[in-house]
Formats: sequence, structure tokens, C-alpha cells
Amino acid sequence: MAESNSAGFTLPEYESGTEYIGHHLGFLKYGQLPDGSWGFAHSIEEANAMGFWSIHVDSMLMSVLLGIIFMGLFYFVSRKATSGVPTGLQNGVEFLVEMVQGTIKNTFFAKNNLIGPLSLTIFCWIFMMNLMDLVPVDWIPLLAQVIAQDSHLYFKAVPTTDINITAAFALSVFILVIFYSIKIKGMGGFLGEFAFHPFGKWALPLNLVMEIPSFLAKPVSLALRLYGNLFAGEMIFLVIALVGWFQLPLHFAWAVFHILIITLQAYLFMMLTIVYLNQAHTKPEAH
Amino acid sequence: MNLNATIIGQSIAFAVFVWFCLKYVWPPITQALAERQKKIAEGLEAADRAQRDLSLAQNKAADDLREAKIKSAEIIDMANKRANQIVDEAKEKARDEGQRLIAGAKAEIEMEVQRAKEELRAQVAAIAIAGAEKILESSVDKAANEELVKKLASEL
Repeated sequence: MAESNSAGFTLPEYESGTEYIGHHLGFLKYGQLPDGSWGFAHSIEEANAMGFWSIHVDSMLMSVLLGIIFMGLFYFVSRKATSGVPTGLQNGVEFLVEMVQGTIKNTFFAKNNLIGPLSLTIFCWIFMMNLMDLVPVDWIPLLAQVIAQDSHLYFKAVPTTDINITAAFALSVFILVIFYSIKIKGMGGFLGEFAFHPFGKWALPLNLVMEIPSFLAKPVSLALRLYGNLFAGEMIFLVIALVGWFQLPLHFAWAVFHILIITLQAYLFMMLTIVYLNQAHTKPEAH
Repeated sequence: MNLNATIIGQSIAFAVFVWFCLKYVWPPITQALAERQKKIAEGLEAADRAQRDLSLAQNKAADDLREAKIKSAEIIDMANKRANQIVDEAKEKARDEGQRLIAGAKAEIEMEVQRAKEELRAQVAAIAIAGAEKILESSVDKAANEELVKKLASEL
């Protein structure tokens, strides 16, 4: 295998650290190229020139793959779930489900069948994607390059360092918040919250100025918090990868610290989703 | 920032995964959890009940034992009494029987005496007649004198 690969494939070489980092931050992007044809971008410039109708194939591939892995695992367990003494795998899955259930019980006070599966999916899926950050930064891109027989292939292994992925989560949650707000409180109640809070109807313009940005800030902060944390973490892994043999203890130390960050960020995203949806289900107390 | 159609693709994937989780993953697991919770609660309750039952049974056994002891003491008491009674009755009966035997014996003796007297009387009569015959040396009409001799004998 390695023999046949070595014929057409050479390990990628980088002239400088800037180029190394820059290449690792590039996406495998499919879209319309400057000459009008459709295909993968071969350079950062080409990628940037693509408009909205382009797609990060690497992010999508990794996220869907990880989603299928965790969902398949959960499905496998749920098929055989018994109320008897649970075995190892069922124990782990039940631990996660109970953790999510407990969080919902403490934070979410309305009745909604969607909130549980939604929270579980968010937590597990984001955690899986974040987990890719702990895989040494060159492994997955190199594997993709070997498979594609292209030593210059862009491939980003951590989907949550892609703003599109985090924004998609945040946007979906935002749409659910709006949907449930209108469903529970009616259109009037939903819009009334912007107009008559927090200062009553005589300060309507002031209320609008205060409430609308804070409402819109929810999805933006959700998306940017996750993206920012993971992007920064990934960046530090890349920088550490540049320092030669000393990278091993450094990498280890940062990875240990990063275990905390990736778990915390996944949990935070889930927690805030529950909080926002709870707000959508409850009327604010009268002032 | 580089927003593009990935956001749409990822949103669709997210919706699909949440739907799948809602449909196939969440219900069986939460149901199993709830069932186990119920089972454990029932088990604990059963253990409590068994403990209660055990102490009740122990109390009952102790009560039964005590009652049995009392009853057995009563029975022994009664048996003793009955035995005494039987002995007394036997003594009484024996005394009566003795009295009866004595009376019987006395009556028999009396009867024997009478019979002996009777016999003696008959023999005396015969002897008297024979004596008289000898004295008279004549045959006296036995039938005519018999009346006379009997009268004589009865006077003996």
C-alpha cells in the first residue's frame, strides 16, 4: 500500500510556519471557480473567491461521519436497552442520557418532547466534533491527502472550528426559539416582549433598542463562543506542532487542558439551548 | 468569516439527527431508565414489606409459643386432676364392691343355715315317724299320721 502510494504521493512540505498554519486552516471547499466551472478550490484565494453557494466538504464529511458514529452507537444501545442490570456500553449511554435529563429537569420547566433528544444530540455531536481537536493536527489531514493522492489537499478535521457548523447549530436553535415563542405566547405575546419590557409601554423605543439586540445576540454568541474556543485551541495545537521535538510535552499539557474545554463547550452549548428554549416557553413576569 | 452553503447542509444534517434521536434513540433509553427506576422502587418497597412481615411473623411465633405453653400447662393440670378423680372413683367402687360381696356372703350363709335347718327338720320328722312306728309296732296309716308328724316337725 505504502509502496504504491509513494509513487504518486509525496509528503507535503511547507516553506514556513505561516504556510503550515495557513494550509491547515484552509477548507476542502467545493464551489464555483473563477473560470466559471464547478470544482474544489486549489488555493486560499480561489476558496475566498467563491460565493455563498459553496460548501466545505471536509466539515460536512467529518460532522456527518461523527454524527453517524455517535447516533449509530446510541441506536445500537437503545435497540437492546433493558430495564435490567445494564452492561458497559448501556451504562455509558445511560449516564449521558441521565445527565441530559437531569440538566433539563433543573433548567427547563415546561413540557416538550423535543428538548431531550435535541439536547442529547447537541451535546454528543458537538463533543464528538470537538474531540477531533485532540487527534494530532496532521493525522486526519494526512490520511485525507493519502486517500486523495494529493499532497496539497486542504482538509480540516475539526468541524467545530468552522463557523458554518457552529452557526448552523445556533441558527437551528434560534429558529426553534422563535417557533416555540410564537407557539406558546402567540405572535402578540412574542412581539410584546420586545415592545413592553423591561420598562413598560411608555418607554417603547427604549425597550426595542434594548431587547432586539439582546435577542439577536443569542444565536450569534452561541455560534461564536463555540467557534472561538475551538478555533483558538486548534490554533495553539498548530503552533505547538511547529516547535519540533519539544512539542510532545507541550502538546500533552495542552491536550489535557483541552479535554476540559471541549467538554465544557459542548455542555455550555446544550445548557444555553435549554435555557433559551425555557425562556421561549415561559412568559416574563409582569413589571 | 466565510459563511456559505455549509450552514444549510449542516442545519439539514442537524435536523435529521435530532429527528432520528427523537424517534429511535431517546424513547427506548428513557423508557428503560424509568422502568428500572420503578423496579428499584418496587424492590426496596418489597424488602421493607418483607422486613415488616418477618417481624410480624416473629411476634406471632412468640405469641403462639407462649399460648402453647399455657395450654399445655392447663392440660397437664387437668390430666392430674382427672387422674386423682379416677383413683378416688376406683377406691369408692372397690369399697362398694367389697360391701356388696360381704352382704352376698352373709345372705348365702343365712340361706345355707335355713336349708340345713329345713333338712334337719325333714330328717327329724322321718326319724320321729320311724321312732313312733317302732314304738307302736303297728303300721300306722302313713297318710293319716303324716299330717300329725309334719306338724310336730314344724314345731321343732
